[in-house]
Order: sequence, then C-alpha cells, then structure tokens
Amino acid sequence: MARAVMRPLGRGDRMQKKWLDGRPTREIAESFIKPNDRLTSFARLEIYNRQYWFRIRDCFYEDYPGLRAILGDQKFERLADEYLSKYPSQSYTLRNLGSRLVQFLRAAPRWTAPKTRLALDLARLEWAHIEAFDNEARPSLSTRHLAGAAAKIRLKLQPHLTLLKLENEVDDFLIELKKNSGLRNEASNAMEQNQRRKKTRVTRGLKRKINFLAVHRYEDGIYYKRLEPGQFVLLSALQAGATLERACARLAGLKISGDPGETVGQWFAHWSALGWFCGWEQ
Amino acid sequence: MPANPFNGFTDYGIGIGLRVPHYEHILSQRPAVDWFEIISENFMGDGGRPLKVLDQILEQYRVVQHGVSMYFGSPEKLNREHLKKIKRLVKRTRTPWLSDHLCWGSVDGRYTHDLLPMPYTFAAAKVTAQRIREARDFLEVPICVENVSSYAEFHVSEMTEWEFLNEVVERADCGILLDVNNIYVSSRNHHFNPFDYVNGIPASRVAQIHIAGHSKFQKYILDTHDHPVIDPVWKLYERAIQRTGRTATLLEWDDRIPSFNEVHDEALKANQFLKRVEKESAQT
Repeated sequence: MARAVMRPLGRGDRMQKKWLDGRPTREIAESFIKPNDRLTSFARLEIYNRQYWFRIRDCFYEDYPGLRAILGDQKFERLADEYLSKYPSQSYTLRNLGSRLVQFLRAAPRWTAPKTRLALDLARLEWAHIEAFDNEARPSLSTRHLAGAAAKIRLKLQPHLTLLKLENEVDDFLIELKKNSGLRNEASNAMEQNQRRKKTRVTRGLKRKINFLAVHRYEDGIYYKRLEPGQFVLLSALQAGATLERACARLAGLKISGDPGETVGQWFAHWSALGWFCGWEQ
Repeated sequence: MPANPFNGFTDYGIGIGLRVPHYEHILSQRPAVDWFEIISENFMGDGGRPLKVLDQILEQYRVVQHGVSMYFGSPEKLNREHLKKIKRLVKRTRTPWLSDHLCWGSVDGRYTHDLLPMPYTFAAAKVTAQRIREARDFLEVPICVENVSSYAEFHVSEMTEWEFLNEVVERADCGILLDVNNIYVSSRNHHFNPFDYVNGIPASRVAQIHIAGHSKFQKYILDTHDHPVIDPVWKLYERAIQRTGRTATLLEWDDRIPSFNEVHDEALKANQFLKRVEKESAQT
C-alpha cells in the first residue's frame, strides 16, 4: 500500500491506471482493499495517493516561493514532482522535505535550465531560511569572552547560521516575495485537492552580482545579512574549523577598510553582539 | 473517566489545539483556556520561535502532547532517536499523558505523513500493542491511542475496528483517545453504526475525547478538521460522555482556521452536553 500511496500521480492528478509491472492498478488495489457500494477499491486507494501528493506538494510549494517565482508554476510543479519522487520524505517532519533539493538541482540542471544558477541561489537561500527558523541557538559568547581568546582556539558558530556565496542578489527578491505570503496552515491530515495557489509575480530586475550572505536568527526573526568578501572568508574559515589565527591569515591580500586590526576587531564585536559565536575549543 | 491512570489522574476540561494563527492572541490577551493540545512534531526541533512560544504558553497554561508520527501500527522497530526527541519534549511540557494514532505511515525510512489504516487482525494487534508498551516504557508517561478516520478497508481484517482497538488497548494496557468525529467519518465511509463503536469500547480506558469537523464529498467524507462540529458528531460525543463521564475534551481545527474566539466558542459547546449528561446522571 505504501508504494501505491507514494507513487506519482498521473494525468489530471489521478492515480496512475497502470502499475509498475504493467498490470492495471485496479487489480493491485482489489487484491487488498475492499470496495463498497460507492467506491471501487481503486477509488479508495486513490484517495490516499492523491492526499499524499497534495500534502507534500503544498509543503514544498510553501517552502520555496522564490524558486517557484523564477521558474513559473508549471515548471516548478514538474520539478517538485520529480524531486519528491526521487527523494521522498525520510523525516518525521515535513520541514526537512527540501533537505536534498540543492543536491538534486546540481545533479539535474535540466529541471531549471536556463535559470539554473539563479535557481540554485534561491534553493540554497530558501533552505538556509528554513534552517535559521528552528535550528538550535546555543548560549552565545560575549565580546568579553572573545577579548582574551587565544589565537589557537577554534570558535564555534551557531547551528542556525548559514553562510552563502551567491551569484545573484536574491535576498531582496525573496524578502519582497515573502511580504505577500501568508501563514502555512497547520498540519491537517486531509488534503482534498491541490490548494489554490496565489499567482506569484516575478519581480523583474533581479541583479546578477556575486554577493555574500549570512542567514541567521536574531531575537526570533530571520535575517539575511550582507557580508563583505573578507567577512565571508573569515567566517567561512571559522565555520570550517580553522583556528582564529589561521582564519585571520586568510584575509591576507584582501582589501579591508580602515585599520585592518581595528576593523576585524569591530567585525568580531558586531558578530558576538548578534550571538553568532557559541563556544570554542582548543 | 474524569481521572484515570491513562490521563495521569488529571481532570482536564475543554481544550483546543495550539495553532500558529492564534499565537499572538493567546500571548497578548491571555484568554482563559483549560488546556491546549500541541502536535509534538511541531516542537521537536532544537530551537527557534516554536519552542520559545511553547515555553511562554507553558508558563500560563496546561499542555498535552499529541503525536502524528509514532506509527504504533508499523511492524518496524521504534526509532530510538525519535523517542529521545519526544521524551525531551515530554520533560519540557510535563504532559500528563501522550497520545498518537492507531495507524501506520512509514516504510523503509520513507514517510507518507498520513495516518494509514490498519488491517484489523490479531497479529497486527499483537505487534501494535508491543510497540505501545515499548514506547510507554521509554517515555515514562501514560500513552493513549487514537482511532483514525479511514477511507479503505482490507480483505484480511478479522474483526471490526472497535474490536481491534479493544484488542490493542487491552494487550498494551493503555488508554484511548476517542475521536468521535473519526468514528462518524469512518462509519459513513464503511457503513457501520457509529453508536456500535462508541458503545463497544471500554469506557474506563478513555482518557480524552476529540471532536472536530470534516468535509463531505459525493461518495465519501474526508477528515479535514476545517469545519464546525456537526450535530451527529455532537450526538456521538454525548453518548461517549454518558459512558465515560466528564472527560478531557479537545476540539481539533487545523485548516482554514478562524479566529481564536470562534474556535474556542465551538469547543465550549461541549459544555451543554456535559451539563445535560451530568444532570441525567444525578437524576438516576
């Protein structure tokens, strides 16, 4: 039954009439489900098949409004069905539905061509948003803690913080889009049809430009903070486990405004005020 | 029963589900609500606003956990990591009991995110009861199992659904979360008398009752939790409390959610039935 429930829908969002081995699906359904006076075995199984797809599509639709906007509804729905067939949920929560989307898009660019690079940027940003929403926030280190930090320590960054190098300025685009989005409905066991979709307006003028973002949570809000190249390099090094000394050494050759020592000190003060550092190890 | 081992010997009244659209109203207005039911899975992450809101709610209100992914009816082993997450939440909420469904929904690590119906066989009852006992032993909190609404029945079933429920709860020695809307929905879809169901379960094991709305289609009814409770369901509720006495009652409204007041007022309609039953009981 599980295989039948999770099998992709066919034309018109109805259960496929042919089974995997070519037999009529009707035969498969009749082998284990009783009909009643109103519904055939096929029709009873179809209720579950359609509910499954409507539920996960709806969740995916809500999690990736930016990706949907740049691909358009039809292309997005084809992509969603292909992705969700290849990567069905492996988690008790639908929140993790998109956990392998970036990997899927990279491996199969035909689903997003000719906007693949833009699609990847948005998929990465929208996943980072999900992670920022409810990943753990550990007790943060203050500037006082950092002041005496030895050069050989490895600073730990918050689990809710994601660092992104992007090829397009998708943050402003997504913020504008999300202004119009409503709250997701609570988990309802039953989805009787594809939920009516709000038509998404694609904002023109998405700028193609290398940029660096930190996606994080601060006082229950999700923020996209633009970073200077040096900040991204430094933070990425720390996140990868480099010592403070080695991470700072990566700044050599990069242009840093003002007095580099003072500037980098200010960066750390600002990041610790945002609660980005949550521990260290020797 | 008002207070029994399956609801942790508590005497909770009428509650509603804790839902995102109502957060602001609840936290700012602090309405009088006897208790809230939370979907465990919505609060099993490691941080963020959901847990912050939950902690604020816990300062003022009683909360009971209701799960959708333990899949007691699955033949697979219980996932220990999943149980650990639930247990962390149990300690946080101090829920007096924990409920989940008499269903299955995952196979080989893939989740349908649905509450799939079970074949009503003795073999299935045995496996299900074993899982419930293991979960209870690990979580160290009373467990209640909820009857689901269903749209399919299986050829292999050896008994009615309520006979199956009885078999499971007796073997597991656990409580029942009696969902009278689910009984109504299933009775329409499978042509049985819903009062046979309500009359056929052990009243002493009922720890909680769910009421809810549903959607009617041409050939079946779907359990959508997006409408008020209809009269036939209220009648089932009344019969249930005639048998069980005053029991913790929860209105589920999960989709197209109206204002807090509208949902709470709908739940409080249960009072008229509780008063009527108590009056009848006093007279006999």
